[in-house]
Amino acid sequence: MSDNFVSLSDLTLSYGQTVAVPNLNLDVVEGELIALLGPSGCGKTTTMRAIAGLLTPTSGTIAIDGRDVTRVAANKRGIGLVFQSYALFPHLTAFENVAFGLRLQKMPDAEVRERTEKGIATVSLAGFEKRKPAEMSGGQQQRLALARSLVMKPKVLLLDEPLSNLDARLRLEMRTELQRVQKKTGVTMVFVTHDQSEALALADRIVLMKDGKIEQLGTPHELYAEPATAFAAEFMGFENIFRVEGANLMSDTGQLPLGFTAKSPMLAWRPSGVQVGDGPFSGRVSASSYAGGHREYVIDTPIGQIKADASIETPEVPIGDTIAFGLPETTARPLAK
Amino acid sequence: MKNLTSWAIIALTLTFLIGPFIIIIFAGASAGEALAFPPDGLSLRWYLKVFTIESFRQSFLLSMGLAIFGTIAALLLGIPAAYALNRYDLPGAETIRMVVASPIIVPGIIVGLALLRYLVIPLDFTVTLALFLAHTALVLPYAVRVVSSSLNNLRSDMEEAAVLLGCTRLQAFNKVVLPNIRGGVLAAFILGFVTSFNQVPVSLFLSGPGVRTLPIDMLSYMEITYDPSVAALSAVLAFMSLAIVFIAERLLGFSRYV
Repeated sequence: MSDNFVSLSDLTLSYGQTVAVPNLNLDVVEGELIALLGPSGCGKTTTMRAIAGLLTPTSGTIAIDGRDVTRVAANKRGIGLVFQSYALFPHLTAFENVAFGLRLQKMPDAEVRERTEKGIATVSLAGFEKRKPAEMSGGQQQRLALARSLVMKPKVLLLDEPLSNLDARLRLEMRTELQRVQKKTGVTMVFVTHDQSEALALADRIVLMKDGKIEQLGTPHELYAEPATAFAAEFMGFENIFRVEGANLMSDTGQLPLGFTAKSPMLAWRPSGVQVGDGPFSGRVSASSYAGGHREYVIDTPIGQIKADASIETPEVPIGDTIAFGLPETTARPLAK
Repeated sequence: MKNLTSWAIIALTLTFLIGPFIIIIFAGASAGEALAFPPDGLSLRWYLKVFTIESFRQSFLLSMGLAIFGTIAALLLGIPAAYALNRYDLPGAETIRMVVASPIIVPGIIVGLALLRYLVIPLDFTVTLALFLAHTALVLPYAVRVVSSSLNNLRSDMEEAAVLLGCTRLQAFNKVVLPNIRGGVLAAFILGFVTSFNQVPVSLFLSGPGVRTLPIDMLSYMEITYDPSVAALSAVLAFMSLAIVFIAERLLGFSRYV
């Protein structure tokens, strides 16, 4: 097991004059499933394309398995990529799609057949060999694309938004499938997503990116429970984020006395961390919606809107009425910026 | 009333589209000596005579050759051009597109005269070579346009997928792009073939002694001999075009591409 199986050093990536990723450093552990997470334009896809060799870095190096591949052509890197659109070959059958890369290696026909059949079986598509991609469902196409990359035994498998084109039920199924295939093959996977729940559910580690830089890197639990910055907190579902000035919480619209001493310049609360129906402050309910296990309130306060989840057992406060709330120290997450 | 109007319009359209064709079929089937409609009795003698006229045979072969090789040459230039215009953000792409389309926009008479004045006369090109170049240029816009629309429907990430599976860019083009634009290429070929085969104004200037395309040969034949054989030949050619388009439509849904 290598701790820097994929190693990006001082990597700068640009499109013409526009720098998309300035000076990125990242090590991927062998056999791990790592997520590049961030909003569109954060550089995650650009980084993935550079690892694949589809984009030449402006400066810096990319090493895979100890070998510098910065100048190695994309077709010689031994990297697999499952495209967001799957990019299957429409004129070929499922079998020929999977066999495509093997045939290029001038492998004996029997071996091509054997490896292709095994690859198709790995993604549970046995029986679909003669179908054309257009005759398969979205989920099947996705698995076919996965098989096409996996039969090449890639050193690294890159996945671009692997679940975004699937409906909710298939997404769950495919998530399990990806984890199963990863366990079975042990291949190092790097996947790109803008969906934090996808990253949290799938990844061993998450690289949260913003403006081409790594905002935070950690396990899903670290990112979820301990986001370091306002950006990370917002991405992880902390909807109430405020500045701290002296003993007050500040926003552009007003302030509230904090009631405890904070050492960080910012504090954040999840809606579930806000105390409702009781507490030192009061606000006006501007929206209220039933969410099964809890009720979601939007409260107008001197520091702007606060989102709060209340237990379903507490009596509902109608819209327009005043509600008491608190921002307790115990559920506050300190943020560095 | 509305129904009646639309039927009238359809009937008129069909009359103007198919009418001349029917006139020619019957004019060619005349038993008389002169081109006339209605025909002077019916016979197949002019249809049979067409195949015995030596100059028609030669000009038919020349026209066929020009149409086939000119269109192939146009595709060999046009497919890479369409690909480049489609896939790369080229500086001056709009200008290139306009230059490529210019043979459609500029009247054929002018193209023919220009080629005669600047290629054949000063550079001493043979008439056949000039004709070949002219027909290639004339077909090129169709090749680029039809292949482009095919390429538009093909996502570029498919080629990237092929490259990551081990293809070079050229292999990716041959193994993934070409098979998927095959229909467009064939459609471009047929459109180009018909355009070239029926070309008159450009060829008019580039015909020399013994070198005439079929349409030009038919024109000059009519100036001397006013018999129904030209009508018969026209009808034969029209049927040939119809057959090609019909087969193409059956095989690959030609109308999707044009």
